Amino acid sequence: MNYTFNWSVLWTGQSGEWLLSGLLMTLKLSLVAWLLAVALGILSGALRTVAFRPLRVLATFYVEFFRNVPLLVWMFFWYFAVPPALPDTPREWLNDHSLEFWAAVVALGVYSGARFSEVLRSGIQAIPKTQMEASIASGLTVFQAYRYVILPIALRLIIPPATSESLNLLKNSSLALTISVAELTFQTRQIETYTAKAIEALTAGTLIYLVLCVSLASLMSWIERRTAIPGLITSGGRRRR
Amino acid sequence: MLLGFDLGVIARNWDFLILQGFLGVGKFVGGTVRLAIPAIIFGFILGVFIGLGRLSSRRWVSIPATLYVEFFRGVPLVMVIFWMWFVVPIMLKRPIPEYWVALIAFVIFEAAYLGEIVRAGVQSVPRGQVEAATAVGLTTTQTTRYVVLPQALKNMIPSLVTQFIVLFKDTSLASIIGFMDLTRAAQVVNNREIRPFELYLFIAVVYWICTYSMSRYARHVERRLSPA
Repeated sequence: MNYTFNWSVLWTGQSGEWLLSGLLMTLKLSLVAWLLAVALGILSGALRTVAFRPLRVLATFYVEFFRNVPLLVWMFFWYFAVPPALPDTPREWLNDHSLEFWAAVVALGVYSGARFSEVLRSGIQAIPKTQMEASIASGLTVFQAYRYVILPIALRLIIPPATSESLNLLKNSSLALTISVAELTFQTRQIETYTAKAIEALTAGTLIYLVLCVSLASLMSWIERRTAIPGLITSGGRRRR
Repeated sequence: MLLGFDLGVIARNWDFLILQGFLGVGKFVGGTVRLAIPAIIFGFILGVFIGLGRLSSRRWVSIPATLYVEFFRGVPLVMVIFWMWFVVPIMLKRPIPEYWVALIAFVIFEAAYLGEIVRAGVQSVPRGQVEAATAVGLTTTQTTRYVVLPQALKNMIPSLVTQFIVLFKDTSLASIIGFMDLTRAAQVVNNREIRPFELYLFIAVVYWICTYSMSRYARHVERRLSPA
């Protein structure tokens, strides 16, 4: 197997078009799934602190079950197993409106939401109780204490882990190729199939992911530095998976 | 559909799903466990070198190690698997089985994440320990081997187990290149039986039992090791 490079496959034919549409699909899928994940993360994070036990149990079950099962299994579950169980009207609507995209959104959003929930919880737990006590003692209402003291600190604390989770979501969106969503990895494979030039196609896809991840990470660490409270929060938290 | 929930499909295919897909005992080369365990062991070994490499004072060691970590953490695992799938046969000039493709991809990819955990663990060891070890006459290698790493390992255990859980879940991606793991076994059975709801929920529970017990164990170790 002697390999001859031919980089021109990347700018001849439809390759450029495919890569661009793949990139846009990756961004679209990640963004919609991210919104769902943040909503579910906040909702389940809040429910885990309420006094009513069944809601707490439900939220804990959601977090522990969904984040501990591989995303790929969820992709197949939402794409193959759930639609047949739906009533006719939504099922027909989905069949006409790219079922695979919505299955990927739900799989990615529900899975990442469980992970966001943990990020939020540890962010809120990291704030000393005395902050709340001091706010109340200085005459703020509970709402004001949350609005002006707790949330501004909590949001800053969770920037590094939330960035890391968001980047994971972006990278994980590549799994949507298994249910034939035409995102970036899918299009990279398509170029390989059409041109038989695997290394060139993979290089292009890999570089796009790298640029996306590195620029997002730098942007977030710039925001983190800009918003850091001097002396209160040690900056430079590393992104973690 | 929901009312027609049929557990018989699991019972009928139990051997194929659990023995072949999960454990890797059968006529196909496969098995989630058979892939996950070597991937964890070799990934950790490579991760120790990467993590120590990043902390090295020699720039020709620390810069490549840093680039390695930043590169693999900026790329999806699926991409790395495809790279190995296409590039390793070209380099070796012969086809190689999916098992080795997947194992190599996991070891290389996870070592970047495990390396960061090793680095954080080593950095958590107080400097005085290194100074004391040097003062009693240990060489740098001896200090790392007998003083720093054992203490660092203790601090690393919770994050390590978390990463092992991630790796365990990631092995499902080997099914994409046709490796007969639990996920692929469920797909194969589903092609014949068309029972996606039961099958995918069943393997979700199997994965969950494994990962959840690993995370319980991590919490247990964490509590035992933390000074009361």
